Amino acid sequence: MEAMSSWRERLEETTLAPARSTTRNYYFVIGLLVAVIGWALYAYYVQLRDGLVVTGMRDRISWGLYITLFVFFIGISHAGTLISAILRVANATWRTPVTRMAEFITAVALMTGALFVIVDLGRPDRFLNVIAHGRWQSPIVWDVVAVTTYLTASLLYLYLPMIPDLAFFRDRLVGRVARWKSGLYRILAINWQGTDTQKHQLHSSIAIMMILIIPIAVSVHTVVSWIFAMTLREAWNSAIFGFFFVAGAIFSGIATLIIMMALLRRVYRLEEYLTERHFRYLGFLMAAMAGVMLYANISEYVTAGFKFEEGSEFIFRQLFVAEFAPYFWFYLIGGLLIPILLMSIPRMRTISGIVIAAVLVDLAMFVERYFIVVTGLRAPLLPYEPANYAPTWIEWSITAGGFAFFALLVTLFVKIFPIMAVFEMVEEREEQAAERLDFGPRAVVPGEAAT
Amino acid sequence: MVAAARAVGHQRWRSRVALVVFLAAGSASLVVWGATPLLVLLGIATALVLAPLLAARASMSRRSRREWKNWVLADGVRTVDRRAALRLFGVAAIFGSFSQAVPKILNSALRQAPPPATDELPIRARTRQWTMIIDLRRCDGCQSIGLPPQCTTACIEGHFSPEPMQWIEVYEHELEGDGTRFVPTPCQQCQNPPCVNVCPVGATFSAPEGPVLIDQDRCIGCRICMAACPYDRRFFNWGDPPVPPEALLADYDLELQVPAVKGTVMKCDFCPDMVRSGTLPYCIQACPHRAIYYGDLEEDLATNGLDLVSVTRYLANNDAFRLKEELGTQPRVFYIPGHGEDVGRDPTQTGHLPVRWPWTRRAEGSARWKR
Repeated sequence: MEAMSSWRERLEETTLAPARSTTRNYYFVIGLLVAVIGWALYAYYVQLRDGLVVTGMRDRISWGLYITLFVFFIGISHAGTLISAILRVANATWRTPVTRMAEFITAVALMTGALFVIVDLGRPDRFLNVIAHGRWQSPIVWDVVAVTTYLTASLLYLYLPMIPDLAFFRDRLVGRVARWKSGLYRILAINWQGTDTQKHQLHSSIAIMMILIIPIAVSVHTVVSWIFAMTLREAWNSAIFGFFFVAGAIFSGIATLIIMMALLRRVYRLEEYLTERHFRYLGFLMAAMAGVMLYANISEYVTAGFKFEEGSEFIFRQLFVAEFAPYFWFYLIGGLLIPILLMSIPRMRTISGIVIAAVLVDLAMFVERYFIVVTGLRAPLLPYEPANYAPTWIEWSITAGGFAFFALLVTLFVKIFPIMAVFEMVEEREEQAAERLDFGPRAVVPGEAAT
Repeated sequence: MVAAARAVGHQRWRSRVALVVFLAAGSASLVVWGATPLLVLLGIATALVLAPLLAARASMSRRSRREWKNWVLADGVRTVDRRAALRLFGVAAIFGSFSQAVPKILNSALRQAPPPATDELPIRARTRQWTMIIDLRRCDGCQSIGLPPQCTTACIEGHFSPEPMQWIEVYEHELEGDGTRFVPTPCQQCQNPPCVNVCPVGATFSAPEGPVLIDQDRCIGCRICMAACPYDRRFFNWGDPPVPPEALLADYDLELQVPAVKGTVMKCDFCPDMVRSGTLPYCIQACPHRAIYYGDLEEDLATNGLDLVSVTRYLANNDAFRLKEELGTQPRVFYIPGHGEDVGRDPTQTGHLPVRWPWTRRAEGSARWKR
């Protein structure tokens, strides 16, 4: 029991540490991110002033990097759903230390992704027309509804399991942090006292949300793919698109989570809780998703390539051998095959090996979203020379700003809120300990051996 | 002491969970359904909920009145029991699901009544269904007269189209065997228009007489219509579009698409204002070979300015076709197949002279871009 309480104390101290003290590096990182965002805001100002003419997009390739980023970030947001909802449903307890980060990636990535739709609009000032004059027949309106629903649901799903941890922060940090912070904890903890009724109600609300959020998440990336699949474009004319996009979303979500875990583990010394085992399990999940992606790609290209209908030649040529071949083969080999390979060699299954695989996967998924958008639009519809698209410095700046915005929100979050689900971790450990104790006094509390 | 505090805290906690869920769901529905109809509805809902409550209160004894006051005012949501909460959510759900219908009902109730019926027949008993027939046997891309395609040039001058836009564009299609033929391509004015189907705000729509029009005052510039159009007939105002001096003070008109609006989509509109007043569109007037006919499918008549033909017979007798018929878009633009050499051009020579936008010299300070 003493071991238990010391373990608990360590966990609490580790979780409280970021909120208690701030290093100089932290301000440096914040400053850097704010500077990048400021630069992106200037680029966006130029775009607002002069119009989308400052981008590389034109009439024939009318979508580019912004829509790519929209798809990419909404995809990343599926990390939270998979890790916390699907694994929670499957009762995989190893996920507990990771859930909070995954859920936060979800919320932040959704906000960033939704931002890029606005950035891409020719008339952002009229965005509310979607609400005032929305037509249910339009895939864009499906997206607006799905993304806002998902954002609401994922914020709730982030918040509900965090209530006990916020109460813990409220109790432990009062008077030790800025006034607004302790006030924030007090308000957000909504008077959590840890009574049995409260626990019961919390568990049942979490159970409802975890079931609800899975179909919502699946619907979100399905309708994102339908923005493309609902048009009369050869390259996007595919029934597999919805499934393919959802699989890719979960795939890139896991990769982002692995990268984020590795960073936070280092910065906030979470080695005890985010062990190699977590990386390995997530790495296996990622490799499995790579297999699913590979299968989806084979289904897609073999069925189209075998028949080789009119128009297929252009699409296959630009993807397999011509303009987009470097992107395509990097995605296929670097993003799908190499991660599978890395995960199947036992010697490579170290944390750094898995993080390398995750970085490759994220890069490949970004590239994949890019070539799906651009190749689909590039295939000529009438006898004209195919257009070309190259993003301008404005687009790259706003892209950098998007990533900086994502990173900034993450940085601020881990500073203010509990980065690990302390309450759930303690609860699970107590359960496990109780189970073990039933077998006799010699039973070992799991995890204890490692420390 | 602690136990009592916990008990109170627990009640408060439950009400706060309800409040958080309610606020989150409320703000989400605000976003989804739109603020204005919802506010109206909230007003109506509040009135509907309050009216029976007030009526009930009036008929209460003093004691129950105090209880009522405690229930509604003093403790607020705190002591609302589960059943009351469910009732509240149920009422909200019912009103939420009607929130789309109510503005429509209000709208139809407030709309002015139609004019009283008279014995006179209406002046126009049927709606025109505009159509275009392009006789490819006569089109040579204006090579024989040594000028850029005159349909495109006239369209640009007449509509003040910004620089890279060719609302009617002359493409060169390969013929079976060898050689090419010129195909002037305006917006196909589909009867099943993919662009209209995907527009999120109804900015592009099918007019009753057939043409697909764009309201550039409503367009949000998302460009999904450009992705959806299988004929590449939609153009975007990427920068500040040029506006001629004579149109600087003009009010925007969606049938004219003048003055052009930055960040919105434009395209061929079938010149609805001109045909209404009995004038043929610019492209038809300018065609030196009279290759383009404009007409009405309802009246089964079309003209190129010289001849008058029966649309059905002309199409049937000349093996008419439509572009990408297999897509099911049902264009209103028909083509009579040609072989590319009938108008006396050299069939070995390809390409036409480049199109220019001379009027844009008069529009100062406008942006230019390439296709």
